[in-house]
Amino acid sequence: MTSLSLKDLTKMPVRLASGHRLCAGCGESIIAKQILMGTESPVIVSGSTGCFEVSTTIFPYTSWNTPYIHTAFGNGAATCAGVETAYVALRKKGKISEDIKFVNFAGDGATYDIGLQALSGAMERGHKMMYVCLNNEAYMNTGIQRSSATGMGASTTTSWAGSMASGKKEFPKDLTAILVAHNIPYVAQVSPHNWRDTVTKASKGFNADGPSFINAVSPCPRGWRFASEDTIAMAKLAVETCVWPLYEVVNGEYALTAESARIADGKAEKKPVLDWIKAQGRFKHLLQDRWEPVIESIQGEVDRRWEKLIKLSDF
Amino acid sequence: MEMDIAINGDNAVALAWKQIDPDVCAAYPITPQTIIVEKFAEYVANGEVTTEFVCVESEHSALTLCTASESAGARTFTATASQGLAYMWEMLPITAAMRTPLIMAVANRAVSGPININNDHGDAMSARDCGWIMLFSENVQQAYDMSIIAPRIAEHPDIQLPCMVNLDGFILTHAIERMTMVDTADVRKFVGEFKPLYPLLDIKHPVSHGNMDGPDFYYPHKVQSAMAMEKAVEVCEQVFAEFKELTGREYHLIDEYRCDDAEYVAVVLGSSFGTMKATVDELREAGIKAGCLMPRVFRPWPADALAKALAGKKGVVVFDKHLSIGAYGPMFPEVAAACTELDKLPKMFNVIYGLGGADATVAGFKKVMTDVVNGDAPKITYLGVKI
Amino acid sequence: MVMANPNDLVVGGRILKPGSSEQFYTGDWRSFVPVVDQDKCIDCMTCWIYCPDNSIVFRDNKMSGIKLTHCKGCGICSKVCPKKAITMKEE
Repeated sequence: MTSLSLKDLTKMPVRLASGHRLCAGCGESIIAKQILMGTESPVIVSGSTGCFEVSTTIFPYTSWNTPYIHTAFGNGAATCAGVETAYVALRKKGKISEDIKFVNFAGDGATYDIGLQALSGAMERGHKMMYVCLNNEAYMNTGIQRSSATGMGASTTTSWAGSMASGKKEFPKDLTAILVAHNIPYVAQVSPHNWRDTVTKASKGFNADGPSFINAVSPCPRGWRFASEDTIAMAKLAVETCVWPLYEVVNGEYALTAESARIADGKAEKKPVLDWIKAQGRFKHLLQDRWEPVIESIQGEVDRRWEKLIKLSDF
Repeated sequence: MEMDIAINGDNAVALAWKQIDPDVCAAYPITPQTIIVEKFAEYVANGEVTTEFVCVESEHSALTLCTASESAGARTFTATASQGLAYMWEMLPITAAMRTPLIMAVANRAVSGPININNDHGDAMSARDCGWIMLFSENVQQAYDMSIIAPRIAEHPDIQLPCMVNLDGFILTHAIERMTMVDTADVRKFVGEFKPLYPLLDIKHPVSHGNMDGPDFYYPHKVQSAMAMEKAVEVCEQVFAEFKELTGREYHLIDEYRCDDAEYVAVVLGSSFGTMKATVDELREAGIKAGCLMPRVFRPWPADALAKALAGKKGVVVFDKHLSIGAYGPMFPEVAAACTELDKLPKMFNVIYGLGGADATVAGFKKVMTDVVNGDAPKITYLGVKI
Repeated sequence: MVMANPNDLVVGGRILKPGSSEQFYTGDWRSFVPVVDQDKCIDCMTCWIYCPDNSIVFRDNKMSGIKLTHCKGCGICSKVCPKKAITMKEE
């Protein structure tokens, strides 16, 4: 792909068909569509159990126009690695000649929590595959339970906001940093609102000489409590508030990208976390006076992580 | 050219694998299976096989990677034992339901707790409902032979089910025995080229694997697997017959010893079958008409063959190297169920023995068989444990 | 419940027809329908890249309508349209 225009992208094969049963306005299929535009080579897709897996492969219908495999919840990376290993074996024996790419899609529960071991193993072993986390910050498929990706203060069905509780007590795990620590060739964070950034990063990931990992913020109208029409706006807000910075780490070198680079450069405004909190029903309770320290705490942690990222990016 | 060699069970399995030269092998070390993957890794390092060998970070990933690799179109092998099999458990029924005919050696070992590294059948028995074909071995020769036979059964176009090759931990895995190895060219010819069904890597025909079923499809898919398992009864005998033609070694769904005129038959699995044969000889010398048999194929359960072999017997004693706590040994109710086909039910007894590597001796077996004949045996005997 | 016949099913629950979910019409879920004002539309394709259900139809680089068989009525297209050419109407 030489230039990235929407007109060019319309010529890309449709790899994920209509008729999947994700909720109206779900961010996941938008991200997957953009990610799969990152390569013109044939792709084999694997999926960890979760919203995206369930809704795209309800027998006897599949939404996949590519070969697709799902096995279980915590092992998407091993599943993808298995297909890639078979490819390496059969290609070595001359039974396959095509250049095929491999990608696994998984939710944050399947990535940050139950699938972390399999993910770490696959990345360490160097399988030439891309792992994409569709991070909607909770176990949405089972009904909005907190995961280690859930933001502080979010009310979920296992971290309720109540008279004694302000929602989830902990900050989200910085999984992207954990993947960077694997010293794989390519790691990035993306947001679906910036399709150009996402497709570009997916292309780099697919073409990396080894494993690659992309963490995508995936707004969930149902779990985050916002109107389904606002999915893209919400993704954009995540970036503008620096809750979800856009950056990539190429062979260990950090670089902020797109809006995040502009914010670091002083060319765009860094919006307060309050804007993010106000926009979503899951944080509604935080607007009570007594939880003001929680908001301050969230802002403090977002700032701390953002400053660290700026340093790492040598801005 | 056939050749006699001295080798332990794990190395014999690794040798069979080397001769087959699978496309992919992924495994994780666990006693008493580890020698298999160590030896195989050595073959890989020395270029004696073309296999892609993957050292995964867990057994869960081992079976996952193998299932995906097999689905992709590569002949794939793995091995495990005990906790490893337990850790794989989530994947066991998935591998079977996805109809991926991969091969897994299981070096049978007790399952924790308490933690124990010795042999019993607690691992394999806890996996018996998962839809895998399960073969058992009495000695090192059989562990080797079953490793060569397994892919032919599993990969049969009408079967397409994964297959476990069980061999008793330490007793077979680590004991050096004499066995006859098959010529590598003959092994390759016997096993043949892998012809995958709907492989993922056939990118011109995109297929979705591992989809979600509602009850209207889940249940029929399970029945479909059951039908394949039923068909495997026939296929096992066919493949055993072909193997006999190649090697002269004869196997059946159940292997019988002095059963024809026996009044009392012991049913036993794995390496203890040899011990039981020696017991039967001693019992015969003592004037007791005893015989024994071993279900070589545990899944599909050879109910018809068992009923035929046990027809007209006075007593059937089922020796289980595992205990379903609160019920019986796992094999006992299955033998009893097979016997319901008979006009007259034999008296049936269950002996639990050898758990966590406890002694399984001729003297012990003889004592309990004699008690059965004398009418002194309880329904369940915990052999060697005084209550 | 009508049970499938195991003999009619491909082994292993595999689905051999790619993209067959096109036969499943999620358009039934919709309570608001996007209506396009073609006079305002500049064929920028912004709605297309953000549509979660592949329901924006492009022919010859022209926005030629919305596939209502699958559009779930989420309203993202209407919200992202830079020319406000798409409005959501209650069905």
